[in-house]
Formats: sequence, C-alpha cells, structure tokens
Amino acid sequence: MSATTSPAGTAPAHPTRPHPIIRCDRLSKSYGTVRVMENLSLDIAPGEFISLLGPSGSGKTTLLMMIAGFEEPTEGAIWLDGRRIDAVAPFRRNMGMVFQNYALFPHMTVAQNIGFPLKMRGTPRREIAGRVARALEMIELGALADRYPPQLSGGQQQRVALARALVFEPRVVLMDEPLGALDKRLREQMQLDIRDLHRRLGLTVIFVTHDQSEALTMSDRIAVFNKGRIEQIGTPDDIYDRPRTRFVAEFIGETNLLTGRISGGQLRLPDETRLALADGNGAGEGDEVVVSVRPERMRVIAPGTMPEPGANRLEGALRDVVYLGDHLRLQIDAAGQALVVKQPRAGLAPQPGARVALTFDAADTRVITS
Amino acid sequence: MLRLWKLAFGLLAVLFLLVPMFAILPLAFNDSSILTYPMTGVSMRWFSELVEENIWRRAILNSLIIGLSTAVFASVLGTLAALGLRGSTGRLARFGNLIFLMPMVAPIVVLGVGMQLMFTRLGLNNTYLGVIIAHTVISVPFVVISVSAALAGIDPALERASANLGASPRATFVHVTLPLARPGILAGAIFALATSLDEVVLTLFLGGAGQRTLAREMFAQLRENLTPVIAAVSFVFIVGTVCLGAVNVFLRNSRRFRAEGPAE
Ligand SMILES: Nc1ncnc2c1ncn2[C@@H]1O[C@H](COP(=O)(O)OP(=O)(O)OP(=O)(O)O)[C@@H](O)[C@H]1O
Ligand SMILES: [Mg+2]
Repeated sequence: MSATTSPAGTAPAHPTRPHPIIRCDRLSKSYGTVRVMENLSLDIAPGEFISLLGPSGSGKTTLLMMIAGFEEPTEGAIWLDGRRIDAVAPFRRNMGMVFQNYALFPHMTVAQNIGFPLKMRGTPRREIAGRVARALEMIELGALADRYPPQLSGGQQQRVALARALVFEPRVVLMDEPLGALDKRLREQMQLDIRDLHRRLGLTVIFVTHDQSEALTMSDRIAVFNKGRIEQIGTPDDIYDRPRTRFVAEFIGETNLLTGRISGGQLRLPDETRLALADGNGAGEGDEVVVSVRPERMRVIAPGTMPEPGANRLEGALRDVVYLGDHLRLQIDAAGQALVVKQPRAGLAPQPGARVALTFDAADTRVITS
Repeated sequence: MLRLWKLAFGLLAVLFLLVPMFAILPLAFNDSSILTYPMTGVSMRWFSELVEENIWRRAILNSLIIGLSTAVFASVLGTLAALGLRGSTGRLARFGNLIFLMPMVAPIVVLGVGMQLMFTRLGLNNTYLGVIIAHTVISVPFVVISVSAALAGIDPALERASANLGASPRATFVHVTLPLARPGILAGAIFALATSLDEVVLTLFLGGAGQRTLAREMFAQLRENLTPVIAAVSFVFIVGTVCLGAVNVFLRNSRRFRAEGPAE
C-alpha cells in the first residue's frame, strides 16, 4: 500500500468506473410544500448515453432543469467534472440542450440559429460560417440555411435544434423528449441518427423520454423514475430482464405477474399449482411474492403434450388471439390469472375458447420482493 | 331572409360609423370658399393653402415634432414599464399595472387642469416639452398594453434556450427578447403617434400659440372662420391614419420575419 501516488486533496479515482462527468448528490426539490424529488443520487460517466424514463410527472424534466441550471435544487449538490455547479448561472454551464418543442428562435434563420452559441462565445465570424456549414452538412439541411424555423417541418426543426445544441461541442448534451413530436418512422430514423452522433462525437447524453422502447434501443443505462425517485438504474438488459420492483416490471415492456407464496423454493399459486423459480431473489419461505414472466418467454403447447423437463406448465383457456403480422398475441386464463403470451405464427392457429397449456422455463422467472 | 336582414343591419352600422368621418372629405376639393354642400366645382386650392399659408405650415410642423417625440418617449417608457411588469404577479404588480393604465381612463380635462397647475410651477407651460410630456402621459398605456401582449407571447423556452447556448442575461435580452417584442413596440409607437396627432384638450391647456398642432389649429379655425382648408386637413388626417393602420397591420402579419435582427 502506497499513499504517495495520490496527490493530497484529490480523491482517488474509482478503480473500475471512470470519474463521473456529472454527479447528482442527494438532490431534493420542493415547490412550496409539494415534494417532487426526494434524495436522488445519480452518477453519469463520460461518454455515457443515459435515459431518464418514467411516467408523466415523475420528475425527469425537473432533474434535467436542475442540471441545466434553470431550477435550483432545494437540497443536495450537482457536480460537473469535479466542480460544483449548483450556483453557476445556466449560461456558463456549457451544456447543449434540445428542448421538447425545440425552442428555435423564430426570428433567426436556420444558419443564425445554429451560429448563435458560437456568436455568444465570441467566435470570429468566418469561423462561425465554416462551422455552421459543417453542422448543416451533418444534419443534411444545407439547402435550408436561410429559411426561418416556422417554414420547416417538425423533423427538420428537430435536426436544427440538435445541430444548435452540438455545434459548440459541449461535453454534455441534455435532451428533453426530443422526438416526442415526430411520427413513428421519423422517430426511429432520428433515434439511429442521435445514437450515431453520440458514438462519433463521444458525447455524454442525458435523454429524457417516457417511451420505454426508445429508452431500451438507445441507452447505455436507463434510470427508471417514479414519483421523484429513481426506482431502478441499470443497462437495458438489467432493467428488462431483472426488474427490481413491480413498478419497473410493469412499466418496461409487457409482463405477466403471478402472485403466490414461496414454498420449498418454489412458487405456490392460490390454486396449489407449483412453479419452479430461477432463484428466490432473497425471498424467504412463506413470503408472499410476485413473479414476473415476459410474454415472449411463454409458449403455448397442445394440451396433452408434456413440457421439456424442468419447465413449468400451466393449463388454461384461450380467451383471445390477436394477429400482429409476424407473431401472435394470445390471452389466456390460467391458474386464476389473466396471462399474455407472445409467440411466432408457426404451427396451428388456436381458436378462442380452446383449452391450452402453456410452458416457460424456470430461468425466465423473476421474483419481485417489493 | 334572416341573412339579408343581418347584412342590411351590418351595412347600416358601418355607414353610421364611417359617414361622419368621410362626409367632409369631398369638400376638400370644392372650389367654393364656404365649407358647405353642394359642391360647385373641383379645385386643389385648399391643399395649396394648407401647405403655403404660414399658420397651417407651422401647425403641420408642430404636429410632427410633438407627435414623433411623443412616439419615441412613450415607446421607451412604455416598453420599460411592460418589461418591469412582466412576469411579476401578486398584488403589487397588479397595482402597478393599474397605475400605468390610469391615464387611459382618467378624464382628460381633469388631467389637463392638473398638469397646467403643475407645469406652471415647473415653467413648462407653453413649451414643446410640456406638450410632449402631456401627450406621452396619455400614450404610455397603449404602449404598455401592446408591449405586454408581445412579451406574453414569447415562449419562455426561447429565453432558456438562449441562456443554455451561452448568452448572458443581457445578450438574451438584446438578441432574443427585444427582437421578439419589436412588433409590439412598433405598434405601441404608432398608437402613441396617432394619439398625439389628434389630441386637442391637453394642447389647449398646456400649449401656447407656438405649440399649435394641426388638430388644435383646426379647432381654433372652426370657431373663427369656417374655411374649407379644414376639409383639406381632415383629408390629410384620414389618409395619414389609414396609412398608420396599414403599417401596423403589415407589421403584425409579418412579425416572424420582421422581427429578425441585422443579418450576420
Ligand atoms: N414550477 C412548478 N411548480 C410546481 N410544481 C411543479 C413545477 N414544475 C414541475 N412541478 C411538478 O413536479 C413534478 C415533476 O414534474 P416534471 O416536469 O419533472 O415531470 P416529468 O417527469 O418531466 O413529466 P412529463 O413526462 O409529463 O414531462 C410534477 O408533479 C409537476 O407537477
Ligand atoms: Mg417533462
């Protein structure tokens, strides 16, 4: 052990994770007597793409506004690159931001909008022209440089807002539901474009959305918000496959929740059916728990057939079948619960009302204790 | 049938509003030297008298000096007031708002008497400055209303975006707030100019012979000799007012592209 390598007064960097570029330390926010954020801590690594995902009113915008400097935390501290910034004015924070409705200046042309942050930084005019031209090329809107924002389509405005937030090469970019106003196809295209820019420019992106599929496709990590707290934070895999709470399991994707008691390491349903579990996730004998199984992890089999060894089996009645192009969505009443199964269209088309059996592996169960 | 009635009634209402204003206009081109119908022939002599005779020339000049100064003072003060009132809520702000709008509803005669008493002590009676101040007082409410409306229409996200992009509060004001409020300020200035141009009562109280404006001169001449020059003045007034109105409408319709700053 040697203390000589670490200069006095500098906290040693964490051995595995890089120094966070943004650190939110026990943030709370109240409006009058209403508490909208409670003791929220969040570290964001440089170059990370992190999504803030949660229902309306859960505090996503509030957190973003605090990081950008437009709202002051009631308690707690925010650090940017090791420097405390709570008291720093927004215009000195040097973070790019894409607003929900783009907030393009209606009285400036596209080129003037994109050049604005450079002009505010005293960049020479010739250099502004060059960098604006390059930014316009990046968003493929060079031909529209002299238009005014109201003359652009939603997608074009969105790209201008993106270029304006990136042109001054901020290290951190904040985006508040930037794709909310776009139709589905454009949205998916922009998701790829933003992802691509993030990788190419090595940006740190904090991306607010309430669309879970958007968060799953784009993010390195997702922070699931609920009522002003982070309910769970982790990689998309983590969040999707290992939800820690019932709220997360239900909010991210679709899921089946089976309620029962732990008995001999298995789940005992109210009708005495026993199901094998991957693991108890800390739940003890006799505890009442909820078990989540994703619809695509369940398969419908003919009523007589036995499942593969080790797999769980439930019998029930088919309520409804919905054809969704490449796959089927089946609603089944089994063991006193309404379950959903998603599976490919291969094989027989079962008829509503028929008796069916469904099966799933113990490995695909997830015990939720809270 | 009902439609027809509605149309007829609407037409009548319009006539009722406009006929008095336009009734005098043809007389401006009458060649008779008494201000009355029927017309006897067409001539432009009253217009030439308007621009050639000294008292009228003087009056036009006075109207322009006082009107334009009023427009400038009122729009600066009114804009500052609107900026100050902006975003502040609560009782004090509402009270402030009321104070600024007061001159609009206060009886002009009372205002005139009060100002005369005060201006005499200040030595402002019978001066341009006195008349300009008086006109500014009654014009400011129009500017406050019009600029407040323009400011209320600015999306707060724009000013946040500006700050986020590195603009100091001052730069945000210069580059974002002011350009977006400009149509409102211009409209207010036009209202102020129009208010000053046809103001008579305060000018009567506070202005001397040297500050006779066009409206004031018209008033005086009406009592002394009913010269048809008055019809010519009316013509000029109405054409001028219509032009100002047109400018205002034009500004409002093209606010998006009008409001731009100098191209960079
Ligand atoms: N200025 C304010 N005054 C009072 N309450 C506020 C204010 N701003 C936000 N709130 C409250 O704070 C909570 C969090 O709001 P926030 O805007 O952060 O939600 P959000 O997660 O961004 O929701 P959405 O998905 O609808 O944008 C809400 O309950 C909201 O009503
Ligand atoms: Mg929000």
